[in-house]
Amino acid sequence: MQNTNTNKNSISKYLVVFLITLGLFATVFYVSSTLTNKKLTELNTIQNNISTDLLSAETQYSLLGELDCSQVSNSVLSDQLNELSKKISYLESSSGKSDELTQLEKQYSLLEIKDYLLMKAITKRCGQKSVFILYFYTTSENCSECVKQGYVLTDLREKYPALRVYSFDYGLNLSAVETLIKVYNVQDTKLPALVSDGNIYTGFHSVEDIEKLIPKLKDTLKNPAPVKSTSTTNQ
Amino acid sequence: MEPIFNVIFYALTFCAVYVEIFFLYTFIERKDEIVTRLDDRPDRVYPSVTVIVPCWNEQDTVKGTVDSLLALDYPKDKLHIMLVDDGSTDNTWKVLQEFANIPGIQIFQKENGGKHTAMNLGITHATTEFIGCLDADSFVTSSALKRMIPYFDDPEVMAVSPSIIVNNPKRHIEWAQMIEYQLSVYIKKMLGLMNGIHVTPGPFSIYRIAVFKNLGLYRLAHKTEDMEIAYRMHEHGYRIEQCHDAVVNTKTPPTIYKLYRQRLRWIYGFINNTIDYRRLLFRKKYGTFALFTVPAGIVSIFAATYLFIYMLYSWGKVIVNTFLQIQAVGVKATTLNSHVSLDLFFVSTHALVFISIILYIFVFISLLIGSKMATGKFRPSFAMVWYIIIYSIIAPVWIITALFNTITRRETSWR
Repeated sequence: MQNTNTNKNSISKYLVVFLITLGLFATVFYVSSTLTNKKLTELNTIQNNISTDLLSAETQYSLLGELDCSQVSNSVLSDQLNELSKKISYLESSSGKSDELTQLEKQYSLLEIKDYLLMKAITKRCGQKSVFILYFYTTSENCSECVKQGYVLTDLREKYPALRVYSFDYGLNLSAVETLIKVYNVQDTKLPALVSDGNIYTGFHSVEDIEKLIPKLKDTLKNPAPVKSTSTTNQ
Repeated sequence: MEPIFNVIFYALTFCAVYVEIFFLYTFIERKDEIVTRLDDRPDRVYPSVTVIVPCWNEQDTVKGTVDSLLALDYPKDKLHIMLVDDGSTDNTWKVLQEFANIPGIQIFQKENGGKHTAMNLGITHATTEFIGCLDADSFVTSSALKRMIPYFDDPEVMAVSPSIIVNNPKRHIEWAQMIEYQLSVYIKKMLGLMNGIHVTPGPFSIYRIAVFKNLGLYRLAHKTEDMEIAYRMHEHGYRIEQCHDAVVNTKTPPTIYKLYRQRLRWIYGFINNTIDYRRLLFRKKYGTFALFTVPAGIVSIFAATYLFIYMLYSWGKVIVNTFLQIQAVGVKATTLNSHVSLDLFFVSTHALVFISIILYIFVFISLLIGSKMATGKFRPSFAMVWYIIIYSIIAPVWIITALFNTITRRETSWR
C-alpha cells in the first residue's frame, strides 16, 4: 500500500521538480541575457561617443586652415577605441559571436579606418612623430600566430605611446575593410599581416623584428612629439 | 564546437540541479520523519539477530568491531555473532579465537573465497529471523540495532541500512571522506523515504533472512555483493529502508591511492550491476530505484566525465594562451592577470557561470543538511570546500577508469 502511494506521489513530484528546475534555468538565462544586453548597450554608447568625437575631430581638421595644431586632441580618442576593442573581444570570447556583436565590430572597424585617415592627415600637417600599423588577423580558424601577434602589438603600444595600431578581422565581410585588404594586397594565407607606411609584413613578427622593420618607432621615444608640443606658437 | 559543448553542459547541469532539488523537495516534504528517536516502545519484544563479520586480514580492526557488537544495547540472548575468517594470511584467526568462548559468538575459518562467500557461510548457519553484516573495519554505536529493528514492524520492509560516518578522521583525505559520508547520510535517507536505495552496505545492513531464502545467497557481483543484493531485492519488489539515527563508524581509505582502488571497485560495480539489471531501468513498476536512483547515477558518471574533460579543455586554453603570450613577449607582470580589471563589464554574465554557481549552492546546501543530520550541527566548514575541490579532481579519474575497465572487460580487485 505504502509502495503504490509512494509511486503515485513520485510521479507528480518528478513533474513539479522538473518545473522548478526549468523555472530556475529560465530565470538564469533571462538574467544572463539581460545583463549581456546591458553590456551591448554600453558598447553602443561608447561607440556613439567615439563617433561624435571623431566627427568633431574631423570638423576641427576641416577648420585647421584657420586654427592651429594645439586644438587637435590626440590621445583621448585612441584610449576610447582601445577600451571599445577590449570590450568587444571580451564579449566575443565570453558570450560567443552574435549578430549584434558582429555589427558592433563592423562599426568599430569603420571608426578605426576613419581615425586612421584623420590621424594620418593631422600627423602630416602638424609634423607629429606618430607611427601607424594596420594589423590584419583572422578568428575564423585557429591562428595561434595571430594570438601571439596580438600580444606583441599590445606590448609595443605600451612601450611606444605614439604608436597607433588598428586591427582588422580579415573575415569581417565589410566593404571598407575589404578595400583596405585590396589596397595593401593582404592574402588570407599569410596572416597575421602588418601594414606600415605602405609596406606589408606577413607572418608573425616579434617586438624586436618590428622595431627593426619600423626604425621610426624608436625615434618617437627620443622626442615624443604629441600635438601639444608642436603647437606652442601664437599662444 | 563551443555551442555543442555548452548545450551538453546545460543538459548535464540541468540533471544535476534537478537531482539536488529533488532531494531538497523530499527533505522539506518529509522532514517531520527525520528525527532522532530517544526511546523505543518499552514493551517491545526484540527478535533474534545474527550479525556476520567477514574478515580478511583484519587483525588490527576486528577486535574493535567485535567489541562494539558486544557493547550493543540489545538483549544478549537475542544477539548472535558469527566471525568468519576468509582465509586471512595475517593473525586475524588468532584474534578471532580470543572470542571463541564468549557466549553468543561463533567463529569459522575457511579458505579465501571473497567476502560474499564468507557472508554466505554465515547465512547458511544462521537460524534467526534477521541477518546482519558488519565489515571488520566498522564499529557500531550501542543504540544502532535497537533503532533499526522497529523499521521491520512494516512487513514490507525487507532490509534496513544505518547512517555510516567516518571513524576518527585524521588525514586530509579522510576529512574529505567525512564530508562525503555526511552527505550520504542525507542522500540515503531521502532515497530510503522513496524506496530508492541501491546499495545495502557492508557496515551493518540488516535483512530479513527471507531475503536470502527467497532470492538466494550473495553473489560475487563484480565485488559489490552489497549492491547486487539491493538490485535483486528491488527486482522482487522488496522494500529497503534507511535508519538515519542508527550510526555506524567505518574506517575509510587513508591514502588517495587506496581511496581510488575502493572507488574504482564501487563505480565498476555500479556500472556492471546496472548493465546486468538493465531490464529494470525506467520501469515504473520498480519505483524510485529504476526511475531516479540508477538513472541519476548513470547521468552523474557522464556528467563527471564530461565536466572533467570540459575543465581540462578550459584550463588547456588558458595554458596555451599564456604560453603563446610568453613566447611572443616573454614573462610580463601582466602575464597571468591580464584579464583582471575593476570594470564590472569584465565580470562574466554568461549563463554557464550562473548555472555553475547555482549548482555549487545546491551542493553546499546538501552538505549542510548532511552535516546537520550526521552531527546535529548546521555548520559550514573548510572541509566542505576541501571535499568539493578534491572530489571534483579525483572522482573523474576513478569514474573514467571504471568506464574504461568495463569497456575492456578488465575486472577490478578488492584493494
